[in-house]
Amino acid sequence: MINAVGRDIPEEILKITGKEIFQGNHYKDGYTYKMDGPMTHVVMDGRESKLVPSIADVLVKCGIRDGMTISFHHHFREGDYVVQMVMDEIHKMGIKDLTICASSLGKAQNGIVPYIEDGTITNIQSSGVRGKIGEAISAGKLKGLAIMRSHGGRVRAIESGETRIDIAFIGTPTCDDYGNCRGIGGKSDCGVLSYAIVDADHADKVVAITDMLKPYPNFPAHISETKVDYVVVVDKVGDPSKIATGAAKPTTDMRKLMMADYCTQFLIHTPYFKEGFSYQTGVGGASIASTVSLAKVMQERNIHMGFGVGGMSKPMCDLLVNGQVGCLLDTQDFDLDAVEDVKELKHFRISAGEYCDPYNKGAIVNKLDFVILGALEVDTHFNVNVVVGSNGVITGAQGGHPDTAACAKCSIIIAPLLQGRIPAVCTDVTTVTTPGESVDVVVTDYGIAINPARQDLIDCMKDVDLPFKTIEELRDIAYRISGKPERVQFSDRVVGIIEARDGTVMDVVRQTKPFEFS
Amino acid sequence: MIIQKPGIAGTLESSDAQVTVEPGDGKIEFELESAVINQYGLQIRKITYDTLKRLGIDNVKIKIVDKGALDCTLKARIEGAVYRSCNQYNDLPWGGAIQ
Amino acid sequence: MKNPNMKRLRRTMMFLNAQKPGLIKDPYIYKPDSIMLDLEDAVAENQKDAARFSLYHALKEIDYHGVERVIRINGLDTPYWQEDIRCAVAGGCDAIRIPKTESALDIHLVEEKVLAAEKEFGRPEGSTLLMAAIESARGVMKALDICDASERLFGIALSGGDYTKDLQTHITGTGIELMGARQNLIIAARAAGKQCFDKVYTNLNDTEGFRKDVETIHLMGFDGKSIINPRQIRIVHEIFTPSQKDIAFSEKVVKEIDSKKAQGIGVFTVDGKMIDIAFYDGAKRTIELAKASGVYKGEL
Repeated sequence: MINAVGRDIPEEILKITGKEIFQGNHYKDGYTYKMDGPMTHVVMDGRESKLVPSIADVLVKCGIRDGMTISFHHHFREGDYVVQMVMDEIHKMGIKDLTICASSLGKAQNGIVPYIEDGTITNIQSSGVRGKIGEAISAGKLKGLAIMRSHGGRVRAIESGETRIDIAFIGTPTCDDYGNCRGIGGKSDCGVLSYAIVDADHADKVVAITDMLKPYPNFPAHISETKVDYVVVVDKVGDPSKIATGAAKPTTDMRKLMMADYCTQFLIHTPYFKEGFSYQTGVGGASIASTVSLAKVMQERNIHMGFGVGGMSKPMCDLLVNGQVGCLLDTQDFDLDAVEDVKELKHFRISAGEYCDPYNKGAIVNKLDFVILGALEVDTHFNVNVVVGSNGVITGAQGGHPDTAACAKCSIIIAPLLQGRIPAVCTDVTTVTTPGESVDVVVTDYGIAINPARQDLIDCMKDVDLPFKTIEELRDIAYRISGKPERVQFSDRVVGIIEARDGTVMDVVRQTKPFEFS
Repeated sequence: MIIQKPGIAGTLESSDAQVTVEPGDGKIEFELESAVINQYGLQIRKITYDTLKRLGIDNVKIKIVDKGALDCTLKARIEGAVYRSCNQYNDLPWGGAIQ
Repeated sequence: MKNPNMKRLRRTMMFLNAQKPGLIKDPYIYKPDSIMLDLEDAVAENQKDAARFSLYHALKEIDYHGVERVIRINGLDTPYWQEDIRCAVAGGCDAIRIPKTESALDIHLVEEKVLAAEKEFGRPEGSTLLMAAIESARGVMKALDICDASERLFGIALSGGDYTKDLQTHITGTGIELMGARQNLIIAARAAGKQCFDKVYTNLNDTEGFRKDVETIHLMGFDGKSIINPRQIRIVHEIFTPSQKDIAFSEKVVKEIDSKKAQGIGVFTVDGKMIDIAFYDGAKRTIELAKASGVYKGEL
């Protein structure tokens, strides 16, 4: 069946998953449902200890068995040891057919690929997958389907009961013996535990794993003891040098600086740029440079940001330090500055649900004016792909991209027109991960294209001196330089689905086929 | 032209390509390694054969390690490797065999 | 044989290593006035041949969107410069930059090879312009001869590193060691009706130092500056862009002179200033510069 972004979703897939095709961003507006809750094993006896000596023991206590769904968060980023240590123990016990529901998976989890190959893990749900796991899925090594869903989409899936987590493993920098978790104060600080909060709320068994046991009560808790069944102390939950790195140096690459400048010039000429506006950006060089150049204009014009939301890095924290933003609403910390800054009074931790869940009574992204996002590819329908590389291999994550783009009043995609030889603006993206109706502007080093659906923005920019082009013109420039790319050849087998934030099917990802000259 | 000895040109930097030519076994043997092989493999092969044809070469082992080079770079590296293998550095046929 | 590009705007002339595909594929997006594709210092001795192939195809196949393409060839004391010229002319470059120029003879030698190449490759005779880099004390003293040596030569450029060595000093950052050369070159260039360009500023992180340097040479009368990074373009263009006050005044001058000339009036006033025909060229130049900088939207 053809969905609202023109992708043909095989009936077979709709049947297996019980899902509908994507029918537009507002299809589920106003939907009413009963939230799913956890099976709760009550503890009334104060003498009962939650401390368990090892991962192996806790697995037994939780009743691990074939076919279960277990979950992880990705706050330890590339330094995470938790997924690997848990999976190693599970593997030793000979458990099969597990579903992994992670907020994201990346290079740090390369070591679990053998467990995909031997059937320990047969299903993966994640906001996209980087590294070797992505390659393994694309090569058809996962027995079941990979479901790639946005951060908001993951919360929706868990809250609605579509995904039921049997055991959640929550790595935490600090914890007391009764399960109060905090993202700071330990030796592997990640600042916040935002993505794990929904797991703690909805999983039947919740295991906190820490390398720094604190005296009771470890308060204020980021995840409360009331949600946690067991606590395991291990040597190391991660490699701190890869969890929060030093702040990225401001880019000196003129291409990125130029795109950042275009982006800022565009942004300040929209009607949303006024006292109290709200803003989110990513951590790419150009996005960071945009924040820096925006801060300059805000200073000149004495305009203050109401709030900044999402993943935090030094340039956003600088806004707070300099009194240029009312508060920061933090879901993830990308550098040590952000981890440090989260201790500030006006730097608030939020859960992934508060951040961008489409299935609650209103998330923060609904209040967002601007979001600046990256892309692997954008097509002439403004559809964006952030998950599947141009070679057809799963290589990225939706993260909050589809959530913020759908909700922000002005969604700006910033990407160099050519990534090596590959055009970032093309006729049809390999895979749609964010629909064109969510995307308002595409900023490239060769020019800026406004979505024709946003005539209001086009009108605002009538007298603005920026290199405006149509999206087709941008594509044509790219094709003239690089040549028109051939489409990647896939085999028929579907290895994954790209889920829209409301749980419908945006696109499918097929198994790759090794290239052969015809 | 006749490939007399191995010749190599280009680098493995982004947007470049490293081309190696060696005397062949009576035909053109083409080998390509490229991150963009899915999208541009056919185009790269075409450029290679066209360039070799203009240079009058039909007996060569040519290996290209491509790092996202544009056509103009691919041609330059192929010609660079070929003329090195023939030790010709001056009085080159600009606009003739090289175009 | 007047080439219309002799006097074109050249505020920024950006060096790029002709051997680096990533650099030469799209420098025009930064909007320099000229790029200088380098076959000389940036290219290692054992890559001179490879750089030429790269250069030739770039000239032939990349659309530089009107940015002038100048080729810096290897020195006349090397075995490379003659083939460099054949390659550059065959590719259809706009101009050739001669390094280490010390005499009119150097210009003549290059001119002869350029003409031969234009004939060999069917390029229009005179289509390839020249510029001379002056990198020695002798070159500075011969600047006027060099400027006068060829009708193809649109200008001269100071190259600081070698020159200061020759002078037995070094680049100090104050500009004091360059004072004489800069003055000599700009005077010689103006005497010959040619353009004059200043040396590169290599410390990319010292934006303030760079700005001061550009302000100095702008006031001295230079037409532009050699640059090594696109980050430097905006600063140079800012400084070389006429102020709105200058533009408004120049516009009045041009309009007044155009209308009064017909009536035979020779001297008159604009904004209380005494004006005559001698102001005309300068005012015209300001308008042209303002247009090129994208800040003039008037009807002149």
